[in-house]
Amino acid sequence: MKLLLSWLKEFVDVDIPPPELKRRLLDATAEVESVDYIGGDWDPNLVRVGHVLAVEPHPNADRLRLATIDAGDSPQTVVCGAPNLAVGQKIAFATAGATLFDGHTGETAVLKKNKIRGVESAGMVLSERELGLSENHDGILVLPDDAPVGRPLVEQIGDVIFDITTWANRADLLGIQGLAREVAALTSRPLREPDRGFTQSGPAIESLLSVTIEDPILCPRFTAAVIEDVAIGPSPAWMQERLARHGMRAINNVVDITNYVMLETGHPLHAFDYDLVRGKQLIVRNAHAGERITTLDGIERELAPYMGLVCDADGPSSIAGVMGGSVSEISPSTRTILLEVANWHPGAIRRTSTHLHLRSEASSRFEKGIGPGVAMAAQQRALHLFEQLTGGRIATGIIDVYPGQQPARTVIIPEGRIEQVLGIEIPAAEVRRILTDLGFVVHHLPPNRFSVQPPPWRPDVQISDDLVEEVGRIYGYDKLPITFLRGALPQPEPNPFEHMRERLRDAAAGLGFQEVITYSLTDPQSLAPFVAPGDSRRAQPLAVTNPVASQHRILRTSLRASVLSTFAANRRHEDGPLRLFEIGFEYLPTEADLPHERPILAAVLGGARTDRWGRPTNERVDFYDARGVAEALFDAIGVRASFTASEEHGLLPGHTAGVTVDGDPVGVVARIHPASADVFDVQEPVFLVELDLEALVPGLPARPDYSPPSRFPEVRQDIAVVVAAGTPASRVLDLVRSHRVKGLSLAAAIFDDYRGQGIPEGQKSLAISLRYQASDRTLSDGEVARVQDALLKRLERELGATLRSA
Amino acid sequence: MPAAADPLEALREEALISLSDARDDASVELWRNHWLGRSDGRLTILLRSIKDQPADQRAAFGAGANVLKVTLETALEEKLESLRQAALARLGTEGALDVTLPGRPQLRGRLHPVTQTMRDCLDAFAQMGFRVFEGPEVEWSKYNFDAARIPEDHPARDMWDTIWIDTAAGDPREILLRTHTTPNQIRVMERTPEPPVRVVVPGKCYRHEATDATHEWMLTQIEGLAVDEGVRMSDLKGTLYQFAQTMFGRDRKIIFHHSYFPFVEPGIEMAIDCFICRGNDSKCHTCHGTGWIEILGAGMVHPEIIECHGYDSSRVTGFAFGIGVERVALLRWGIDDIRHFYSNDLRFLRQF
Repeated sequence: MKLLLSWLKEFVDVDIPPPELKRRLLDATAEVESVDYIGGDWDPNLVRVGHVLAVEPHPNADRLRLATIDAGDSPQTVVCGAPNLAVGQKIAFATAGATLFDGHTGETAVLKKNKIRGVESAGMVLSERELGLSENHDGILVLPDDAPVGRPLVEQIGDVIFDITTWANRADLLGIQGLAREVAALTSRPLREPDRGFTQSGPAIESLLSVTIEDPILCPRFTAAVIEDVAIGPSPAWMQERLARHGMRAINNVVDITNYVMLETGHPLHAFDYDLVRGKQLIVRNAHAGERITTLDGIERELAPYMGLVCDADGPSSIAGVMGGSVSEISPSTRTILLEVANWHPGAIRRTSTHLHLRSEASSRFEKGIGPGVAMAAQQRALHLFEQLTGGRIATGIIDVYPGQQPARTVIIPEGRIEQVLGIEIPAAEVRRILTDLGFVVHHLPPNRFSVQPPPWRPDVQISDDLVEEVGRIYGYDKLPITFLRGALPQPEPNPFEHMRERLRDAAAGLGFQEVITYSLTDPQSLAPFVAPGDSRRAQPLAVTNPVASQHRILRTSLRASVLSTFAANRRHEDGPLRLFEIGFEYLPTEADLPHERPILAAVLGGARTDRWGRPTNERVDFYDARGVAEALFDAIGVRASFTASEEHGLLPGHTAGVTVDGDPVGVVARIHPASADVFDVQEPVFLVELDLEALVPGLPARPDYSPPSRFPEVRQDIAVVVAAGTPASRVLDLVRSHRVKGLSLAAAIFDDYRGQGIPEGQKSLAISLRYQASDRTLSDGEVARVQDALLKRLERELGATLRSA
Repeated sequence: MPAAADPLEALREEALISLSDARDDASVELWRNHWLGRSDGRLTILLRSIKDQPADQRAAFGAGANVLKVTLETALEEKLESLRQAALARLGTEGALDVTLPGRPQLRGRLHPVTQTMRDCLDAFAQMGFRVFEGPEVEWSKYNFDAARIPEDHPARDMWDTIWIDTAAGDPREILLRTHTTPNQIRVMERTPEPPVRVVVPGKCYRHEATDATHEWMLTQIEGLAVDEGVRMSDLKGTLYQFAQTMFGRDRKIIFHHSYFPFVEPGIEMAIDCFICRGNDSKCHTCHGTGWIEILGAGMVHPEIIECHGYDSSRVTGFAFGIGVERVALLRWGIDDIRHFYSNDLRFLRQF
């Protein structure tokens, strides 16, 4: 909504500068997107209203003419090329020295006296383009005949335009009067009303028209007037100019008046050609299925039963509150006007305009909710202008069908509510002043209650806190003190999941992984390489009805594609090792419920190891780097996991480990299958560490498994055992670690896996370092030897392992 | 007597001179073996010969020889120490490193700037007693809109362009990607039978929007909610004031502008004073010359929302706010394009 300062001043005195007005409106009323100063750069002494005294041919050029201009001092001769220049016109005239907009360069330039084809030109008759008003350069700007000669142009047509964005519940702010009311309240100035006076000299309205409302929910009120003997023609220049500054094209005096009154009051109006209203009756009803109407924009539209229509005896004449129909459009031959000012159900208007993809100035106002009480004032204001500007004769009486009339609403502000909500006590007199200035009827019920009747243009005010807001915003939120929450804190709730997740996030970063955050939406092609066709939940992701882009049309059921494609994108400019991770959701469809949002940590790594200088070497990151990462992550949260050979769609068999905690699967460590990697243009070995964070929670230790460090020396022994090549190392290690001897602890680690010379075919040698430790004594060699013997016997018995001979 | 003492004195001199000629640990070891060797060190032999001395000289000889032994042992220790010192000194000179050479690269990773900013925001609120709650990203329409007083057919819905989930034909459920974290106001109050409530709800939200330098269709919000008897708008001001100072500097000022969100009454937007130009640059890119930067929307929880959870809105009041985490990150680090965040280019991410 544009707010012209000149128009605003018709309703309220404004004695603060525009930047201050902008600030106050922004603080208390609506967003002010911009302030545009028209004529702010026109020098009042050099850019003035001129009078064209004479126009003569240029002696040396056919297309140019010489004009004699009176701009308040002695007449001056200028050279002019504009075709529309004529004697007697009032025009915008610039004298040498004025700064103007140069349409050729797009910059401002100072006008100089110069000779054009041998004749000296003392100044310039201006077009809209040189004034920076528009791109129009077809001819000079012609001013109204009553413009005083010599008057600074900025006083004649200068203005300040505020571009205001209002709220979805404030239709009243889409009218100059509504904004003026805000300014009046903000500056404690009285509000002036527009002239609504007119005479009724035509026939009785009842003899001309009848109106029936079939659906009072759709149409709470319908007012109609008839104006006869209207002379269709252009509207006056001042009205056209204001419409233009609101971005509206002038059409004719009738249409322009309806638009003008809508901008002024905020209430839409619609003019019918009375002679084209069949049967001289209007019926307001819902459309029939399949009914059609051609709207004023020339488009034939099919209607649905919930859409409101204004019909005449033969059928639809207008889509209620949205757009008129061409059947009753005002034309140059129109003689009699039927003026509708009606009130419409906001939801019905919105539904209709949304489904027809037809947003109009009218629908965008009605959908926000206009009180039905406002209609008559708009009707009267329009009739005043019709009488003044069209020469028409107004029928006696105004039809006012008002099934939705309600008794005046009263809203009580309870004792102390303003302070309870805002945290500041506002004096009762100030409360009354603010609400009264905004048009509310206020009764103060001492000591501190108020009984308030909202004005008809404020249907948004329903409850006491709505009034608290009215008082607070005008009083000024800058006056609120800064205070802090008091009272008891809510019960603390431990959140082990969140705690674990953040620890893992830190641990992953500590292990050299850069965190990424990718989009939750993807496409089926990206998901396919990692989702087994038989995986019913993952293979049937939820789809989006209106994706922002085709690559974002399903909710991902796996993070693998997201992190891998991020890996690929970064590979274009990163050589050497590359480590990325993300913590995000898989969205797994769930029958008859919201999807399960399963939190996943997905990390990928790949690339060459680097040398001392950080340069890539020939050695690449491998599976055991990935497994080491997983182990470090589990260590960070105190969980002991097991790894077993496993297979999964999209991962390379023989290079995939399923990870379990206490027997429950919690994730996977794997080399991504080269065929899957290839889908993302990744040609190098890439490894995945993926953890299901929810599955990890039950395995979290209540507390660390603590034992004090022993004061006694440990005994270290390295052994090598030979087992079948197919025996997983973890089985050997698990057995060693499970070997319990009373009072003695045994720690073990594998430090070599050897096959080849010296080891029989089909077998392998695993080197294991052992650490024996007692908490209460120094172990003797004999004791260690006995334990080791027993251990070796178990290894042989259970795994067929033999001690490797030296 | 003098004739007898002389051989020891000569020995002493010879030994000390030869020790002082030793230049390194190896020659010192040779010297030790030569003089103090257990079996055939010259002094060892000498000491062994005490018993062969004439009886009347034996005591004096023995004393002199022992003094000599102590002297040589002390000299040996001193020599070793001086060699150690010299070696250390050489380490700092001949062995000096070019410490300006780069270090051996270590693996390093960082948290995403949105995560970092999220944590800093949550920490700021944790200090004020707000604990974290999380709710679903894929949400019922009735929670996202209707429960937040945004009915269908109301133009307020235009404030949240929505990405809808395709449900099976005939399925009456309306599911969407939440457009804001506001539905969690309702979810939190549903599970809290009695006030007080004091939570922050972080999470991703989605809007059906074209992306540009200031708009992304996926965004991260923090919803804040405090509900209790005696919660006032001035408390909202204090809470957000403290937040602004934590995130943007101790000298920050804040201002409330009137605004409209259907789920609050009154509704406001909060701006902070421009910490880039301090209101002195009419062409400032950050505040566009206004001196103020819009940060977030907030307000007092609408009494209908308070009531629908069984709280008595005449006693219980509350405030709520919604923070765009990306916006905070853009501002605090002077990032000029929001699209950097989710393009995940490491050259960008590694800078934070």
